[in-house]
Amino acid sequence: MTPAIASVGLTPYLVVSAALLVLGVFGIFLNRKNVIIILMSMELILLSANLNFVAFSSAHNDLSGQIMVLFVLTIAAAEAAIGLAIVTTYFRNRGSIQVEDVTMMKG
Amino acid sequence: MPLNDINWSLSIPEIALAFSGLVILAAGVSQKKETAFFPCSMLTLASFLGCIFLVINAPDGSAFSGTFVNDSFSKAMKLLILASAILSVLVAVGYRGLSRTGERKRTLPFETPVLILFSTLGAMVMASSSNLMTLFVGLELSSLSIYILCALERENILSSEAGMKYFILGSLASGLLLYGMSLVYGYAGTMNYSGLMKTVDAVEVVPTGLTIGVIFIIAGLCFKLSVVPFHMWTPDAYQGAPTPVTAYMAGAPKFAAFALFLRIMTGPFGLVAQHWQLLIEVVAVCSMLYGSLAAIPQQNIKRLMAYSSIGHMGYALIGLAADSAEGVRATLVYLAAYLVMNAGVFGVIATMRRRGTEMTSISDLAGLGKRNPLMAGLMAIFMFSMVGVPPLAGFFGKFMVFAAAWQVGLYTLVAIGVVSSIVGAYYYLNVVRVMYFEAPAEKFDRYAPALTLVSGSMGLATLFFLLVLSPIMSIAQQAAQALVG
Repeated sequence: MTPAIASVGLTPYLVVSAALLVLGVFGIFLNRKNVIIILMSMELILLSANLNFVAFSSAHNDLSGQIMVLFVLTIAAAEAAIGLAIVTTYFRNRGSIQVEDVTMMKG
Repeated sequence: MPLNDINWSLSIPEIALAFSGLVILAAGVSQKKETAFFPCSMLTLASFLGCIFLVINAPDGSAFSGTFVNDSFSKAMKLLILASAILSVLVAVGYRGLSRTGERKRTLPFETPVLILFSTLGAMVMASSSNLMTLFVGLELSSLSIYILCALERENILSSEAGMKYFILGSLASGLLLYGMSLVYGYAGTMNYSGLMKTVDAVEVVPTGLTIGVIFIIAGLCFKLSVVPFHMWTPDAYQGAPTPVTAYMAGAPKFAAFALFLRIMTGPFGLVAQHWQLLIEVVAVCSMLYGSLAAIPQQNIKRLMAYSSIGHMGYALIGLAADSAEGVRATLVYLAAYLVMNAGVFGVIATMRRRGTEMTSISDLAGLGKRNPLMAGLMAIFMFSMVGVPPLAGFFGKFMVFAAAWQVGLYTLVAIGVVSSIVGAYYYLNVVRVMYFEAPAEKFDRYAPALTLVSGSMGLATLFFLLVLSPIMSIAQQAAQALVG
């Protein structure tokens, strides 16, 4: 365990990251307004996992967790780019990005 | 870290595929927009064929400090993935071939085959992963490409809506999977499957954090497999996406998710099978029943295929629930049979067009038996095979998974599986009824020969699956042994 983690312990990190995860998931399911908010919530979920990885990596004195975080950051950037591109094409066709309007297909 | 651990020659198929993907992209950009599709597709097909050759000849072993593994199992899965990718590129060629003439048509850009290639690359990395890092990177490469593929028909609102829905739910699933991986890493201190296996082996009681992590991982993978209760994106994404993309989504990514599922569940978490076995059984039962019941009221053939794929993934999961070498072998045979009939069906669906507009309603097939006996006959073969009528491909798949489950005493699971196959027969045979016993509807447009090639060859493979059964069985046997030992 590195000194920084040893002084406060692992628990605060895990609590914060669990709170971020819950915020992200609720942001997706309770949000009835705008698709962009969903994209932001997704970012929160990925970051909560990142916080976990960094905290555990420090606690285990094992670098692979931090390498994983670098991968995840890259992937999150790609995901945000693709998400925004899809939202743009959707807006061009539908003229709205309200969540309640995404209902052309049902059943 | 010693450098000889890198052993990069094991991943030559992946490296070659990635490189050719970049070259094809560059070649496509340098041509005119309208003419780039065909050469790019042909190059993609060529690189897939070359990649199959490389996969067969790649040496076994472990590379990149144990993050990448090549064994009979990963090779078998990669061959399935590549075969499925080749067939969907062929469907794409045929699908686009139709829309060259006439008024403004919905056309696919040349990026379609290239994105299929990158998605296939991700799927292959997943099949070879032996570390949670490789798993996640492969999974995301494969999924991100499919999100774009779904929304590729930019002028079509259904396509962008399909892309958006799949993107939102897909990234949520990836996020949960990643969170699960972080917990597993935290409680095991390693991300390598072999290290995880040692940890699970060493502990008396599995820590709660690890269990929660494993459940998150199972949920994320179930989403990629589109099994109940993580199926809600499937019908919309299948219906809205362009037909060749739907053909691809129903194949390669599912095989890759199965590869991961089998490898993780029989490997690192194989020792705690009693903890997850019931979960898999419940998921399998729900998917089989939901797939058969919810498909009954469907009017759209692509939506019908979505429910059908939910059901089929449920049957294939039975092999995993059996938790034995026979089970793994049965699942692989099931996936091979599913690949054959599924690609064929989408070949037929891609021919459904009137005056350039795509028709996807089941009633559009009315009287196809008189209008086009060849395609109707092929479609009938695929439908009977999906039901599981004896000499056809689907029968052997179902028979093997049921036999594997029976051997380990999962009698209820087998009974429910048989019942749901019989219920499923209703909607599959309904398609056959519409084709042969309803007054002929207006003719479809002429279609490209590539679609005849896909459907015809898959029809033959479905019909004479018995002839190829023994080589498939021996490959599946080797793969199962590599995994379970």
